[in-house]
Amino acid sequence: MPAVSFDHVSRHFGAVKAVDDVILDIAEGEFFAMLGPSGSGKTTCLRLIAGFERPTGGDIRIFGEPVADLPPYKRQVNTVFQDYALFPHLNVRDNVAYGLMIAGRGKRERHAEAEAALEMVRLGGYGSRKPSELSGGQRQRVALARALVNKPRVLLLDEPLGALDLKLREQMQEELKTLQRQLGITFVFVTHDQGEALSMADRVAVFNDGKIIQVGSPEDIYFRPEVPFVADFVGSSNVLPEALVARLTGETCPAAIRPERLRLTSEGPLKARVTGLSFLGLSTRVSFDAEGTRLTALLPQDVARPREGDEVALSWAPEDLHLMRAGA
Amino acid sequence: MTVVQTTPSAQAGPSDGLLTRVSDTLWRRPTLLLLILLTPPALWLGIIYLGSLFALLLQSFFSIDHFTGLINHEVTLATYAELFTPANFDIIRRTVGMATIVTLASAVIAFPIAYYAARYAKGAWRALFYLGIMMPLWSSYLVKVYAWKLILAKEGILTWIFEGLHLTWLLDAYLALPVIGGNSLSVSPTGTFLVFVYVWLPYMVLPIQAALERVPGSMLEASGDLGATPAQTFRHVLLPLALPGVIAGSIFTFSLTLGDYIIPQIIGTSRLFIGQAVYQHQGIAGNIPLAAAFAVVPIVIMGVYLWIAKRMGAFDAL
Repeated sequence: MPAVSFDHVSRHFGAVKAVDDVILDIAEGEFFAMLGPSGSGKTTCLRLIAGFERPTGGDIRIFGEPVADLPPYKRQVNTVFQDYALFPHLNVRDNVAYGLMIAGRGKRERHAEAEAALEMVRLGGYGSRKPSELSGGQRQRVALARALVNKPRVLLLDEPLGALDLKLREQMQEELKTLQRQLGITFVFVTHDQGEALSMADRVAVFNDGKIIQVGSPEDIYFRPEVPFVADFVGSSNVLPEALVARLTGETCPAAIRPERLRLTSEGPLKARVTGLSFLGLSTRVSFDAEGTRLTALLPQDVARPREGDEVALSWAPEDLHLMRAGA
Repeated sequence: MTVVQTTPSAQAGPSDGLLTRVSDTLWRRPTLLLLILLTPPALWLGIIYLGSLFALLLQSFFSIDHFTGLINHEVTLATYAELFTPANFDIIRRTVGMATIVTLASAVIAFPIAYYAARYAKGAWRALFYLGIMMPLWSSYLVKVYAWKLILAKEGILTWIFEGLHLTWLLDAYLALPVIGGNSLSVSPTGTFLVFVYVWLPYMVLPIQAALERVPGSMLEASGDLGATPAQTFRHVLLPLALPGVIAGSIFTFSLTLGDYIIPQIIGTSRLFIGQAVYQHQGIAGNIPLAAAFAVVPIVIMGVYLWIAKRMGAFDAL
């Protein structure tokens, strides 16, 4: 039985179709990422699971139970909010123990459990502080502990790492992943950061315009995008338009090719002019104008770099050109 | 050797006008600027406002000679002792009691209004809402009070409505009640209460609304997410976070009721409130010391009230 299942679920706000006819199954124990640009419906989907929004159509089930008529406080899911939403008038311990207090557990018991949850997120001994006295990363962990202490069957995370700086974010990605493996709880994670989704999730759903465009493993999404949107948004892949692909291969469909798979040669099927170079450290990113199509390549530092304005030819191994279907 | 070229000085060049030089000086000496800005209001507050208040309070430590009607300038607590005579203490008790229920009723009525305004009202509705709340404050207070007299009087609108609904017996039964009843609503403590609540309500709505606006929606969602029913969310999250606003509002409604002398004079019984007592003692009776002592009562009560509120953690969310 899936942990969460969406059966033709829609959430329309007037004429705006925030979520439009979404079909989705999230397996128990899975680390599932919802990825998409802002306004693509991923957060609304999360809020539908949490119960903050009600679907205008379709059926949502959590462990088989229809939840359309269940308010948030009756659902066995907990949320880590984007702004953490810690209660400013309570100290860290009482914040974490809030759910247990509501559940009617005794003071000593809930404080012990809150302390254990704080240990788990490596914030032991911080219980007496106020949220305002913590750093962003620490607040994030408190929010995590506050959700996990209730032993939810599904944990929902709404861009939980968005407000952290890069280094802290990478560290938290590791920690979240480890935590999820340890606890075995289903994590549903909303993000607009493709790197985050690919590095953490078992499966990724790519959203655009309220619809799911593609669901698959990070490898699928990255190497085998089904449509140009996924190739562009997830992997910053080069998308070759139909006409170009038709000339190169004879197929009438768009195709994707990863920037790191493009090679500069003297002879090649595609002529291009170098329009820009930027040094990225590990590699150099080169932009081309190839018959009106903008392409980028990542060149390792040991390869001779072209100069801006150079006329070059591009080539690739045939298996690296990934054919897609048109649309989206 | 290189010749150090002196560039035309940017500081206070002869070409600079007087205003520029003043600005430069103030920029270099922020303390001076602060002093210039703060001195006039500090003098105003210190001498004219607080000074006159203290001068009045000082009077409360004098006493009046009841035979000659002259003020005896000897420091004594006798005037304060007079506050505790049954007649005077009754006035204090009545006023504090009225201020308390007016404040409680205002808070109960204002909270949902403020909640709606803060959370749901958008765009034009929000502007209209502000207008609705603020507009009563724009018209004269006396006009409003007399308007209420027309509503509450024996031949007034309310009586007419009750007659129309064939519920006159209900109104009569209510007016027959001791303590809160009277000949008609306009001469009953209930009438005084209604008008107080009406007149002070904006002062309660606005601070609560300001406090509620600072509570992010996600915080209420988080509470529900953690299993709290709406009632529990109200009790454990919303109310504690709104409490500074409620306290701020209650300071207004409570102290305004404690000091008011016009509403109970126009609408209500002939029994006095503190404000009326102050008015009568300093005017007709010429008993400035007792008037001053009465004036101290609201100040002391407000001080105690704030102290208790702080002790109870009402300001923890600030």
